[in-house]
Amino acid sequence: MKNCLVVDDSKVIRKVARHILESLDLSVREAVDGQDALIQCEESSPDVVLLDWNMPVMSGMEFLQALSSARIETRPKVIFCTTENGIGHIKAAVEAGADEYVMKPFDRETLESKLAIVGVI
Amino acid sequence: MQRGIRVLSALLEARTGQVLSPERGWRVETALKPILRAHGLQDIGILAAHLTRYRDPRLEIEVVDALLNNESSFFRDPQIFEMIRQQILPHIRARKQDRRLRVWSAGCSTGQEAYSLAIQLCNDVEVWDRWRVEILATDISATAIARARDGIFPQIDVQRGLSINDLLKWFEPVADGWRASAQLRAMIDFRQDNLFNPRAPGGGYDLLLCRNVMLYFTQERRQKVFDLLARHSHDHSVLLLGAGETAMGHGDPFVAHPEFRGAYRRPPVQPLYVDGPMGPAV
Ligand SMILES: C[S@@+](CC[C@H](N)C(=O)[O-])C[C@H]1O[C@@H](n2cnc3c(N)ncnc32)[C@H](O)[C@@H]1O
Ligand SMILES: [Mg+2]
Repeated sequence: MKNCLVVDDSKVIRKVARHILESLDLSVREAVDGQDALIQCEESSPDVVLLDWNMPVMSGMEFLQALSSARIETRPKVIFCTTENGIGHIKAAVEAGADEYVMKPFDRETLESKLAIVGVI
Repeated sequence: MQRGIRVLSALLEARTGQVLSPERGWRVETALKPILRAHGLQDIGILAAHLTRYRDPRLEIEVVDALLNNESSFFRDPQIFEMIRQQILPHIRARKQDRRLRVWSAGCSTGQEAYSLAIQLCNDVEVWDRWRVEILATDISATAIARARDGIFPQIDVQRGLSINDLLKWFEPVADGWRASAQLRAMIDFRQDNLFNPRAPGGGYDLLLCRNVMLYFTQERRQKVFDLLARHSHDHSVLLLGAGETAMGHGDPFVAHPEFRGAYRRPPVQPLYVDGPMGPAV
């Protein structure tokens, strides 16, 4: 079973994402901000990270930058998942190394298709 | 109410060949709500009575349009598109001396299938560089064709199936979503056309897609569509249907393709004589 780390400061979003991901047969962990996510990735790297942009302590972009220099065996795929829908944000995220980008609100079909594109399902 | 639905499904079948299955019956009301509201009609019974009495062609078209299932998505069934790119297109390429690729997306709805193909071909520009590529995309629904031509898709649509790289590369943000680039739009000839009364240009297409279109056709109607597709095919054409659709049991215009899983081709012509010094006999 593949692992997904859901990183979002909103409890509601984490719950919705968990529900969808579990229905796609992924095992799910949660992190409340970028720093929490980084620590969890260093402990044991997930296959994929679903990443919010705006979060206290450490934002999604800061997490992405930190991830590239972190001590991690295999870098997880990163799917940005955010309300920042402007093309500028999307380009910045892709340049910073995001593998995919989901604009909120999202649904099951969207997540399923993006997970397939990054090769996790 | 039941009588109303019967009138409407008769209209749909006469126009499109689609049979309204009982399971889809519940959809009728939801689908027609905007029309009822726009024309100030109370319910489906009254709409049906109105259609029977006035035979208003504009209203008929609106109703038929609303009853069609236009569901589609980019790279629907991604394995199929992988197979097209990695196996089917190279197979066709090896057999076409004229460097001309002709594709037909029959029942293209709002165009996602045709755009997906165009994106693949553009991403492989070094392979198709000196080829003439023609993509014909037809659908009976004028509304769907108009939207396909515009090439504007809401956010929810571009997220399903399109990778972020393809989105950035081939679409630009507009007020109500994302618009396919002028280059993509120019590659596809979108035409409103009925599979049972075709006017679109004929000729032999190398790749034919008629996916998730015949689901609701009667056996007899399917036969007609397969005959039409066969008339627009040549010996090396490849036909693709939707997942779970089959060309088997429809006479012999198509047989399973020996190389491509789930694809079809015309039955190979049996040569009367073996090739001799005079060349192949036909
Ligand atoms: C479910 S969509 C499939 C779209 C696309 N091929 C795909 O697989 O995603 C089916 C389409 O077939 C069209 N259609 C139904 N009857 C037709 C007919 N008689 N002639 C042409 N198109 C027809 C409908 O308007 C609808 O857009
Ligand atoms: Mg947030």
